[in-house]
Amino acid sequence: MSSWDDDESAAVSAAEAATTDVELLRRAWRNEKAAPEILRFDTPLVSRVREQIQLLEETLDDFADTGVDDLVVSLYQMDLDRTLFLLRSYLRLRLQKIEKYTMHISRSDDLLSRLSPQERRFARSCAEIMEKHLEQSVLSKLPYGYDSVTRQSLSSTEDDMVPEPQLDTFVFCKTKSDVGAFQLDDIGEEVVDLVADDLYVLRYKSIKGLVEGGRIDLI
Amino acid sequence: MAGQSDPHLSMFSPSEVEFVAEDEIVDIVPNIRMDALNMICGDFGPFYPQIPTKVPLWLAVALKKRGKCTIRTPDWMTVDRLTQVLEAERESPREFQPLPFHYIEISKLLFDHARDDISDAYLQVPIVLKNCLLLVVIMTQVRSLIEDIRDVRFHKVETGLETISGRTHAVKLKNLSAMEVNIVRPFMVRTLQAFYKHDSPQMIQQADTTGSKPTPVTDRGPRRDLRRR
Repeated sequence: MSSWDDDESAAVSAAEAATTDVELLRRAWRNEKAAPEILRFDTPLVSRVREQIQLLEETLDDFADTGVDDLVVSLYQMDLDRTLFLLRSYLRLRLQKIEKYTMHISRSDDLLSRLSPQERRFARSCAEIMEKHLEQSVLSKLPYGYDSVTRQSLSSTEDDMVPEPQLDTFVFCKTKSDVGAFQLDDIGEEVVDLVADDLYVLRYKSIKGLVEGGRIDLI
Repeated sequence: MAGQSDPHLSMFSPSEVEFVAEDEIVDIVPNIRMDALNMICGDFGPFYPQIPTKVPLWLAVALKKRGKCTIRTPDWMTVDRLTQVLEAERESPREFQPLPFHYIEISKLLFDHARDDISDAYLQVPIVLKNCLLLVVIMTQVRSLIEDIRDVRFHKVETGLETISGRTHAVKLKNLSAMEVNIVRPFMVRTLQAFYKHDSPQMIQQADTTGSKPTPVTDRGPRRDLRRR
């Protein structure tokens, strides 16, 4: 088992060495867009991209002083704009998801651990504000037993009013390399053979692990 | 933020798909001398006049717009190759032919920004014959071939949708392209979700407890094999 793990991590790092950070960010962005739930925030990747953006911004300032050809400046500017767009879209997308599933995320440590520190702060304040608002506008006026934010009434045995992402939904995914026979359900009745460059529509829940492990791309 | 109201069904906007396609690498022939560009998205160049080099499509289009290069038409975008693809596409009703993942976006961008290069690329006839009319004819031919291919492929997707049932747990769509995925996504996801929901044991159980059907819950019948497209 350990040798298999080593092989895999070696393969992953080799693949990462060959790809640029922008490519990795684009993959993270696409996966995030296509996945129903929030995925793990790639802190090192985002800080690397930020550094590169900052570096290029400084270089562009230097260009203005040294009088580099306009064409070259405009090309670098386009590169910068594209990277900025990707990063902004990625961060914004995550904030949207956090906003949508605030309650669900803030009650699970696993989900909270997927957020960046800033996102955690956002999630916390989002939950507080929402709760306060609901409390003031509706819940305080409801009779006892029906005034919980998360439960319909006292008789509810679990939180039944928290919006959760639908993990049962179907997603489009593309395999990067051979995954082999893959079990789609718990009972093993449905098995697909995932070979490289295959395109499938599958239930997100069943391929969740592959997405997290970076072995399959959502599209 | 338009189009993001229901992020789970139509997640990528067409312009976002195009944005991704713009990072595909194409061959250009520059007509200027320019130092290498060390960009965030990669290192490209150096550029010398008449020496072909590889750059991402957005960079190629930017240079082309300023008249600094010609874009080489990709191999798959010639009349010969596209005619072959179209024929193969018509002959195999259950499979999609391999085309670049972003063929629709790439061809659109090239049609919009590098139409003169498209006809030039494989026009091996004497200069005398290279008159405007001929260029237009070839352009139109390439464009209509791609449109035909899109139509044939999309028809396959549509007929494929009809075969989805409650037992469909996976749909194989090998070689479907990015834009095609994007177009078919809302229908496909909704259909599969609806069938999945109504086929789930809980739903069947609910029907049982209301007394309409006395079928045992476990009896879900043999699962069918995955559908091949």
